[in-house]
Amino acid sequence: MTDLDQLESQSVYILREAYNRIDKLALLWSIGKDSNVLLWLCRKAFFGRVPFPVVQLDTAMELPEVYAFRDRIAREWELDLKVEQCPPEEAMDPTLPPLTRAAARKTEGLRNLLRDGGYQGVFVGIRRDEQATRAKERIFSPRTLDGAWDVKDQPAEFWDHYKTRFAEGTHVRIHPLLHWTEIDIWRYSKREEIPIVPLYFARDGQRYRSLGEKNITFPVASHAATIDDIIAELAVTRVPERAGRAMDNESEDSFERLRSAGYM
Amino acid sequence: MDTHNTSKGQLRIVIVGHVDHGKSTLIGRLLHDTGSLPDGKVAQVHEMSRKRGMPFEWSFVMDALQAERDQGITIDTTQIHFKTAQRPYVIIDAPGHAEFLRNMVTGAAGADAALLVIDVREGALEQSRRHAYLLHLLGVRQVAVVVNKMDQVGFNAFRFDGVAGQITRYLEELGIRPTAVIPVSARHGDFIVSRTEEVDWYKGPTVVEAVDAFEPARAPVDQPLRFPVQDVYKPDDRRIIAGRIESGRLRVGDTLRFAPDNTTARVVSIEGWSAAPAIAAAAGQSIGITLDKRVFVERGHVAVLDGTPVGTAYRLTVRLFWLAPGTLAVGRTLTLKLATAEHRVTVEAIESVVDIEDLSTAPAKAVRRNEVAEVVLRSRSPVVLDRADVLPRTGRGVLVDGHDVVGGCIVLDYEDTGANLHAVGHAVAPAERAAVNGHAGGILWLTGLSGSGKSTLALGLERTLFKRGWQVFVLDGDGIRKGLGAGLGFSPDDRAENIRRVAETAKLFADAGMVVIASLVSPARTDRERARIIGGAAFHEVHVAADLAICEARDPKGLYSKARAGEIPAFTGVSAPYEEPEAPELSVDTGTLSQVEALDRLLAYAVGAFGNGAVSREDFAI
Repeated sequence: MTDLDQLESQSVYILREAYNRIDKLALLWSIGKDSNVLLWLCRKAFFGRVPFPVVQLDTAMELPEVYAFRDRIAREWELDLKVEQCPPEEAMDPTLPPLTRAAARKTEGLRNLLRDGGYQGVFVGIRRDEQATRAKERIFSPRTLDGAWDVKDQPAEFWDHYKTRFAEGTHVRIHPLLHWTEIDIWRYSKREEIPIVPLYFARDGQRYRSLGEKNITFPVASHAATIDDIIAELAVTRVPERAGRAMDNESEDSFERLRSAGYM
Repeated sequence: MDTHNTSKGQLRIVIVGHVDHGKSTLIGRLLHDTGSLPDGKVAQVHEMSRKRGMPFEWSFVMDALQAERDQGITIDTTQIHFKTAQRPYVIIDAPGHAEFLRNMVTGAAGADAALLVIDVREGALEQSRRHAYLLHLLGVRQVAVVVNKMDQVGFNAFRFDGVAGQITRYLEELGIRPTAVIPVSARHGDFIVSRTEEVDWYKGPTVVEAVDAFEPARAPVDQPLRFPVQDVYKPDDRRIIAGRIESGRLRVGDTLRFAPDNTTARVVSIEGWSAAPAIAAAAGQSIGITLDKRVFVERGHVAVLDGTPVGTAYRLTVRLFWLAPGTLAVGRTLTLKLATAEHRVTVEAIESVVDIEDLSTAPAKAVRRNEVAEVVLRSRSPVVLDRADVLPRTGRGVLVDGHDVVGGCIVLDYEDTGANLHAVGHAVAPAERAAVNGHAGGILWLTGLSGSGKSTLALGLERTLFKRGWQVFVLDGDGIRKGLGAGLGFSPDDRAENIRRVAETAKLFADAGMVVIASLVSPARTDRERARIIGGAAFHEVHVAADLAICEARDPKGLYSKARAGEIPAFTGVSAPYEEPEAPELSVDTGTLSQVEALDRLLAYAVGAFGNGAVSREDFAI
């Protein structure tokens, strides 16, 4: 087995555990490189189909290429796509810094989705190497009904045994990609020929390294125009992945506050 | 382009040690000195340190949360990536606080190797030893020791040797030989990436050289096949058995046996999606297979190659670590998750608790939080398992109470009931029921005069055995007559038929694994002999003996006076004979024994006849 085979096998195991143990599941699809890999792994785990709804938390602020890609893939892969409209920025916690407040819209959208859909588990394609608070995550991460994450009181998780029983009114975030790194995602996307939003590839000396809404995400300087270029770039870069995510760096704890409140 | 660096799998290293011995600083150093920190991170840490009025604080590189930086502690476990020229790494930071043991377990269980950090000024304190012991228990066998804060003792070789010798002896008692013991100053970067020229007495590897020398964990492909079933999918007309191979290999054409049911079927295909068709698969792979026939297979079953052994047990001895706030005591029932199976298990015995400090064991009545103990578990369902030292992945499990994981355990030993169990006429053999219940099924037939104390004894025994967790039920003569014996009178023929019905019913209870206490006057010897034939070996006759005079004096239901008054015809002892048993298995004289004494005798007999001790391993082989 290559290292990519090992990563894939572990993720498939996690997906199958969740599918067997958790009653009502949904998958959050941001249409970025990570959740595309996650969808692909679902098709691997369940022999071609994705046996739960795929949800996009929409702020109507994605770039047009993202929406076009979403509609094409949903059709071609026969996804049960649900688009959840997030509440407006005015409804967010006013004590948050402005860009963080914009990002918090997705937290609220997710809260609405969980409440209205009655989901007990949601798959989220986050990775530990993306961001320091995500590095503390469990693969099966229990949340209160309002989505809050208590980093100081997380369940024991070892030997591939996950927390799969929950009190009434709580839900679980399942993170099948937690152990992947950014470069793994690209190497795997290349090997499996997974479709990708073209915004990741450099045009005029810029590309999106992490793809988010147009009001809070910015391209970084790059000449990587192909997947091979990107893999080569990542092997030597010292620019953090989320450098183009304005809300992460707004204050020392802006992302931590977002995540504690239930952001992905 | 650095393909060398990216195609090699990452090695996972857990960093453990006592709080304040400098784990986070070591990690910060490693990241910085290997050039693994992103741009701007050092400036960020400078700013965070300045704001708190501190000199540059390396641990802020790791500590992600505001509370961690403010309180100078690490919360939970975290993982961070770095790379050397050799390969990429994941560092798992496990906090040293004793109360955060579950996070340490969470972090360390997935590691290929460990760095144990010890402050040279303090040596291996209790937490360091506890962490070393847990590494061993969790199966992490490669350990390098980092003796930190050497700058504080002026890189004194004598001080280093003292600590190095102490921890090396401790690790060797656990069967771990450290791959290196390295004197470092994490704060100043001595012997992390580069050597410090002034310290000429240390010739061993730097920390980076030591981690580069660790071997990646290898999937146990050459061990016997263990393929635990995770789920069964029917995406179309295929029926796909899905799971991950934990050890060994399987090929198309192999005949698999699914324990514990032991049904067999041949592998027709290894299914995949968007992948080349496979004819073989090996340990570590998540796969799906189809079989040549439709056998009953479900989650929790474990496929092995037919003709090869696998353990099946109801009773297992484990080494357990307990993470929950309360204590664990005998009689507690929990859920054991082992591979993909779940079992309800009861703590049958606590053999000993391990003293982490000196590795001695001592008897104990309960296991407290953060303790390690040897415990005997009894399962209500057959557990397919291996000994942890033989096949670790199917020899370990977690314990769940309610919604939470409360501990972990590795299998030290078990009573194998598996290979020879073949039920006749039932899917479950009597020995299996006996193993689950902790006792065999059987009939205690209490015969004696009205008023001799049969019912009192029967109910007393039922309560006592039930409290011990036995499956026990009383069939009382008076109660039976209302339903099962309805329409029957007290003529000799009717009495005989009533007793036949009760005996047949008792036999069914006994076959179902229960101890049934039949309490009937049953005055005729021939009727009781017939009951004995029906009950077979499970039948035990107990004479509840008391003189007629005593019974008549007790007369609890007022029947004797009615009989003497001629209101009840053919009343045993008064107007009909009672034929005493000639050779009962037990006779209890309630005329001379107190109620408590009589019950004790009956209890002792029941435990001897049906209890655990009566179910020997030879019984399973039949």
